[in-house]
Amino acid sequence: MTATLNLLVGVSLIYVAFLFAVAFAAERAAVRGRSGWLRTPLVYTLSLSIYCTAWTFYGAVGYAARSGMEYVTIYLGPSLVMIGWWWVLRKLVRIGRSQRVTSVADLISARYGKSNTLAIVVTIMAVVGVTPYIALQLQSVTLALSIFSGPADVDGNAGLNMQSAGFWVAAGLALFTVLFGTRNLNANERHDGVVIAIAVEAVVKLVALIAVGVFVVWGIAGGIGPMMAQIDASDLGTWQVDRSRWAALTVLSAAAFLCLPRMFQVLVVENDDERHVQIASWAFPVYLMLMSLFVVPIAVVGLDLLPAGSNPDLFVVSVPLAQGQTGLAVLSFLGGFSSATSMVIVATLALSTMVSNHVVMPIYLSVKPGGASKSGDVRNVILRARRLSILLIIALGYLYYVLSGGSGALAAIGLISFAGVAQFLPAMLGGIFWRGATRVGALSGLCLGFAIWVYASLLPSFGQGAVLPASFFEVGPWGIGWLRPYAFFGIEGMDPTVHAVFWSLLLNTSVFVVGSLLSFPKPLERLQGAQFVNVFDHSGQARGWHASVAASEDLMIMAQRILGAAEAQALFRAAALEQGMTGHLPEPNPAFLERLERELSASVGTATAHAMVSQMVGAASVSVEDLLAVADESAQMLEYSSQLEAKSTELSRTAGQLREANDKLTQLSVQKDAFLGQISHELRTPMTSIRAFSEILRDAEGLSVAEKTKYASIIHVEAIRLTRLLDDLLDLSVMENGQVSLNSATGRLEAVLDHALITTQASGDGRLRIVRHKTAADTALTTDMDRLGQVFINLITNAQKYCRAEAPQLEISVRAEPHTLAVEFRDNGTPIPDAARALIFEKFARAAEVEGSGAGLGLAICREIMARLGGDISHVPQASGNLFVVKLPREAALAAQ
Amino acid sequence: MDKHVLLVEDEVNIIEAMSFLLKREGWRVDTHSDGATAVSAIRDARPDLVVLDYMLPGKSGIAILTELRALPDFATLPVLMLTARGQSRDREEAERAGVNRFMTKPFSNTEVLNAVRDLVRG
Amino acid sequence: MARGPSSPVFLERRSYRRRRMQDAQRLLPVLGLVLWMVPVLWPSGDEAAPVRMSDAIYYVFGVWCVLIGLSAWLWRGLQRGEDALSEAARDP
Repeated sequence: MTATLNLLVGVSLIYVAFLFAVAFAAERAAVRGRSGWLRTPLVYTLSLSIYCTAWTFYGAVGYAARSGMEYVTIYLGPSLVMIGWWWVLRKLVRIGRSQRVTSVADLISARYGKSNTLAIVVTIMAVVGVTPYIALQLQSVTLALSIFSGPADVDGNAGLNMQSAGFWVAAGLALFTVLFGTRNLNANERHDGVVIAIAVEAVVKLVALIAVGVFVVWGIAGGIGPMMAQIDASDLGTWQVDRSRWAALTVLSAAAFLCLPRMFQVLVVENDDERHVQIASWAFPVYLMLMSLFVVPIAVVGLDLLPAGSNPDLFVVSVPLAQGQTGLAVLSFLGGFSSATSMVIVATLALSTMVSNHVVMPIYLSVKPGGASKSGDVRNVILRARRLSILLIIALGYLYYVLSGGSGALAAIGLISFAGVAQFLPAMLGGIFWRGATRVGALSGLCLGFAIWVYASLLPSFGQGAVLPASFFEVGPWGIGWLRPYAFFGIEGMDPTVHAVFWSLLLNTSVFVVGSLLSFPKPLERLQGAQFVNVFDHSGQARGWHASVAASEDLMIMAQRILGAAEAQALFRAAALEQGMTGHLPEPNPAFLERLERELSASVGTATAHAMVSQMVGAASVSVEDLLAVADESAQMLEYSSQLEAKSTELSRTAGQLREANDKLTQLSVQKDAFLGQISHELRTPMTSIRAFSEILRDAEGLSVAEKTKYASIIHVEAIRLTRLLDDLLDLSVMENGQVSLNSATGRLEAVLDHALITTQASGDGRLRIVRHKTAADTALTTDMDRLGQVFINLITNAQKYCRAEAPQLEISVRAEPHTLAVEFRDNGTPIPDAARALIFEKFARAAEVEGSGAGLGLAICREIMARLGGDISHVPQASGNLFVVKLPREAALAAQ
Repeated sequence: MDKHVLLVEDEVNIIEAMSFLLKREGWRVDTHSDGATAVSAIRDARPDLVVLDYMLPGKSGIAILTELRALPDFATLPVLMLTARGQSRDREEAERAGVNRFMTKPFSNTEVLNAVRDLVRG
Repeated sequence: MARGPSSPVFLERRSYRRRRMQDAQRLLPVLGLVLWMVPVLWPSGDEAAPVRMSDAIYYVFGVWCVLIGLSAWLWRGLQRGEDALSEAARDP
């Protein structure tokens, strides 16, 4: 049968070459920006099929042959997760996109405050959990190959060196992964070649399995009816399922579907459009159903047809082969081969991203002096680290395969691996649904769950007495009975897998919750927590992939806003020219983006520029780190500008004060001029009359006696006017300078008014009738009686002089108010116009139309006096006549009582 | 010699003194005390000379003079302005407005009569 | 498909239908879990009157088909609703 083997190897090589070609074409198309057809919901759904590895391709039939329908739980869990996409997947995908998550380790680390410790722990757990799984794939492929190499003898390696076959398979897988997995530096940039290759492989394995199934049902059994009859008649004919395993494995597979690094890679990291998840939510369950549909028939027919002792894990290949259907067997082999290769490639890719990002790079950067100062340097290092990690992981898988020597049934290894990665679930779900989840809780839960898994599931899988001494299983470690690996807390009789899953997840979750409740998160952790849990509040609507030209346009619009139209256009044109393009818009490649970001950061600050550019290009929203940096920067800018603002406020206040002072000075100067002009006028006017008439008296001849008397009396009046003016001026000047001394005395308001009336009546012409209302006038008070009297005299004199009524009258009344005494002088003359009212208390102000001998100082003096006495004087407009109100503080009055 | 002078002044005693002096010189003297109506009073009276006070109620002497000079008939009418404010700025202002003679109070009777004679003659 | 602002009742009802379809979408995995956990109650193996394997296969795959069918139907309904809504928004 060596000819068949050679044929098989040839076909495999052609198939691999075909995959290379497909991947290469896809990469080329993506580079040229024509990746639309690469990123369809169908491709997304098919890429999820890496869940169905060689373990499920070959192993499911073996599993069914051993345990009946239990195998189907492995498909039920993922189906439920997909159908319930709205609950978890939707959120995971949104977070993955908005936070630019590159792996499950990155997700957990980012959620808990970008903790590198957590990332390392998760990475180590993932490597430990997944390596056996990779070994499993190598084992499946070589086992399947061995079937073709002839009937397996007792040693099981006739005609084919299993180890060297395993080696060549591993080497081929490593080459493919390195070639197509590390072309792009950014893990978030999708691996178009890889995705399209695994989509093709998904089709191949589905077609292969269905072909075998159809052959078995219609070709061998003779239709559905006879097939069902045969099933019922076989050993598997009745429902024989361990109830706890049925439930536990459904939950476990659902958990693993979310937590497996390779599933996370295709579900979240390679996701291009959130809407694809919705389509996959029903399309992928269809795929899973089809993959499991013919498992039981193949198992039943295999058990029936093949000799007892045949490996049921290989029925998919051996049944067609035994029926002489070599072509179908080869197709089936290719299906298994596809399952194995796609799983290994994606799993390795995911793990290598984690290992290089969270283990190799931190170590490299801490060891290398200068850190990440040279960007080009670091990029090469990352690529090298990633390639190295791929080789390392596949080497580990190969090593495990060689050491374990193909031990154990495929399904058992698969389940152990599932249980290992399922430990991520509490930290992951807690992280995206519970803001209170903390790093401490996540770390302790992960570590405890992992430890339990290693102790109760991984180590015992090597066999009792292999790693753990047999005594552990009988009496417990060091005789501690409740720590027996299959019977924690003394609860015996549980299925070992269920036992490990139950206890590890229960304790993991409990410690995670308690640890979170007891610890306090750091600020970054709390911010990230809020970002993750409320991801739908923060990030925008689901968006598809932006074509690169559109991104350039967006960038152009943004740059124009910040740099100005001319500068932005010049920058973009120069960049386009450098790229050898004729248009105005350059390709938004990393070099250009870096340059643009630098240009922008000059205007808006580094963090803001980064956030803006990445938002435009990656369609990713701003991460918390970006936001924090933006906040920092804007806080600094705010502080700076508020300092500037304070300074400028101070300056403008000073300037304002100066302006005010200047205005005041100008005003004072104007006032001074006006005052001098007034004084001059008031002095010169009477002097003009005096001089003119004295010269007339002196020079003119023939003046009558009456004329002489008249002129002399004019001189006399004007001289008195001058004297009074000088008196008033002196008075006012003394009072304004505050030099006046008040002679406080106690007396009666009545007496002051009486005195004022007597004084004014002596000098007046007697026309003015004065009416006094003596209501509350009989009030004793302590004040400067003479000054108060002066005010009253002034008011009465004004009334005498300016009241132009037919029968001039002045009413004087006193009103007692709660805090003041008001003396009112009400005349029946022409009311002072509104415009003049504001001025009557100013020096030299006179109501314009009124002629008179006053210099206009009287009311100014009154106001000054009242201010000194602690009261005031005001003019209240009346319908007819004028009302002057003199207010005295009541205290002055009370003090005297 | 029956020359007509209009005395625009608000101080009663100064009107008295100026009227006495000018009448003795043979002038027909009319008086007006309100600044606001002074321009129309001058237009109606068509005097040979105006003696104008600087500070008048209603309208300042400068404003009256400016308005007067804007009227073609009164562009050359001799105007003697009297002021009690005694500030040099006022004189400049008055000269710009087209005053013929500017005198600061108090003045001697001889001075003012000489000024009047000069204005009428020249 | 243009619906003017004159038919707010219809729009209201349509968005109500949409909400309920979303609810159904959310509850679908719960239904699936319940139905797929029913076999736990079946008598199995040596117990009296065990369920026949063919019946078990029919049941499990039947549930699968129902879930897929419902999921796809809800997705199409919501998709169509979304298109109609965005169209209605575009052309008032």
